[in-house]
Amino acid sequence: MENILSVQDLNVAFGDRVVIRGLSFDVRRGDNLAIIGPNGAGKTVLLKALLGLIPFEGSIHWSPASRLGYVPQKISADREMPLRVRDLLKAKARFLKLSLQEVESVAATVGLSAEVLSSSVGILSGGQFQKALIAFALLGDPNVLLFDEPTASLDELAEDRVYELLGRLRRERGLTVILVSHDLSIVYQSANQVLCLSKDRSCIGPPQEVLTPETLESLYSAPPKYYRHRHGDFSVEPASGFKS
Amino acid sequence: MSHSTIYSVLLALLFAIAAGLVGSFAFMKRMVLAGDVISHVALPGLGLAFLLHFNPLLGGGATLLLGTILIWQLQKKTGFSTDSMIGVVFAASVAIGAAVTPQEDLVEALFGNFQPLSPFAFAIGVFAVLAIIGFVYRFKDDLTLILFSPELAAATGVNLDRLNLYFLLAFSLTVLVGLRFMGGLLAGSLIIIPAATGRRLGRSISGFLLASCGASLAAVGIGFLLNTHVLRSSALGPIIVLTSAGIFALSLLKQSR
Repeated sequence: MENILSVQDLNVAFGDRVVIRGLSFDVRRGDNLAIIGPNGAGKTVLLKALLGLIPFEGSIHWSPASRLGYVPQKISADREMPLRVRDLLKAKARFLKLSLQEVESVAATVGLSAEVLSSSVGILSGGQFQKALIAFALLGDPNVLLFDEPTASLDELAEDRVYELLGRLRRERGLTVILVSHDLSIVYQSANQVLCLSKDRSCIGPPQEVLTPETLESLYSAPPKYYRHRHGDFSVEPASGFKS
Repeated sequence: MSHSTIYSVLLALLFAIAAGLVGSFAFMKRMVLAGDVISHVALPGLGLAFLLHFNPLLGGGATLLLGTILIWQLQKKTGFSTDSMIGVVFAASVAIGAAVTPQEDLVEALFGNFQPLSPFAFAIGVFAVLAIIGFVYRFKDDLTLILFSPELAAATGVNLDRLNLYFLLAFSLTVLVGLRFMGGLLAGSLIIIPAATGRRLGRSISGFLLASCGASLAAVGIGFLLNTHVLRSSALGPIIVLTSAGIFALSLLKQSR
């Protein structure tokens, strides 16, 4: 399958601090790429570089047909701001010169109720807010979605719902997904490619090859634990092997 | 009422609309105080104009433009907030303004003056106000996206740098139009107070903008009537500001949600 993204010798630094050094990888159309690594390894920085939000050296080449949607890790919405979810979505729709019907369409896709659409962004629950951000990302009909820890501030139930939604979107729309996640069980279950980042090394490959106890121990500098993550079945197991 | 006085009143009312619109976004960007402060950046130009006997608005406009570009550059260079950079530029401006303004003109420079307008000055003023209103209308969605999240706005394709400069220029132009009526000390107050009133009354961005414009128009209209028919004072600026504060006080009667 053709590459939708090709990254060659990527370097990102803030002043003297080098965050990403000499990173190269490709993403094929329809891939579900998970980016893992310890805190400070440059996962969010990589997403921002891919989006063109920060300066970098090297080459990031998106296929001309790619349309990007982005769900950031965290936004501190100003509770004082009189901005309703519907108005936020409409602002993006008008900016992109889309029909305003698109707003209702993406709201229905992610399951945003009329009540949530009419609510101020500052008073939404974590799960509602995340859904609103996903709806925002879906405006413009992207074929690549970049998610930065989409469930970082959610409880387990809300987290499960967000991942269900992401899985459904991917299946129904045939999206390419690039996902930063700390949840190794989700990565193991859903990703077909894993990019591991750390200060000293990076690696990429299918989860069965990359998510080995040895790799994870070397990546996180500690013996990892992971979850068998099924609905109604959450249990922690030692890293003696992976179960699907 | 003479034609030139009608021009002045009309321009003051149009200015009120522009101040309400720009003030609403400044309020949400948490930079309303900048309105008050940025107007002080005009003081050196006003002072020089009085000293050298040329049009005060030309002098005020020149230093405002220079100050605005300086603030934008400093903000880009340091990465500090707009507010902090305005603070740096403003203190120096007030000092220069106070030093160069002739004593007898200081009150007019600080508090404004309501004099009849020539058709030419009216046309220039209307053009400036329409440019401000047009800017807010054209970039309302871009500004909304930036207010929600600068990062998401940039990922969507909004040019943050350019929009920040446009907003600062619209902001300074609003202050400049207001200088004539309000003076260097109070020109920013019509950016602050009606926006605070509008925030009390508006539940959506559009409602907020409409309520701010309404509060601003009412402050200028009522202030002008009070000044002309009741108080017969020459200090229009302070009367408009006090009226605006009174309207804000009334808005407090509305129960918070």
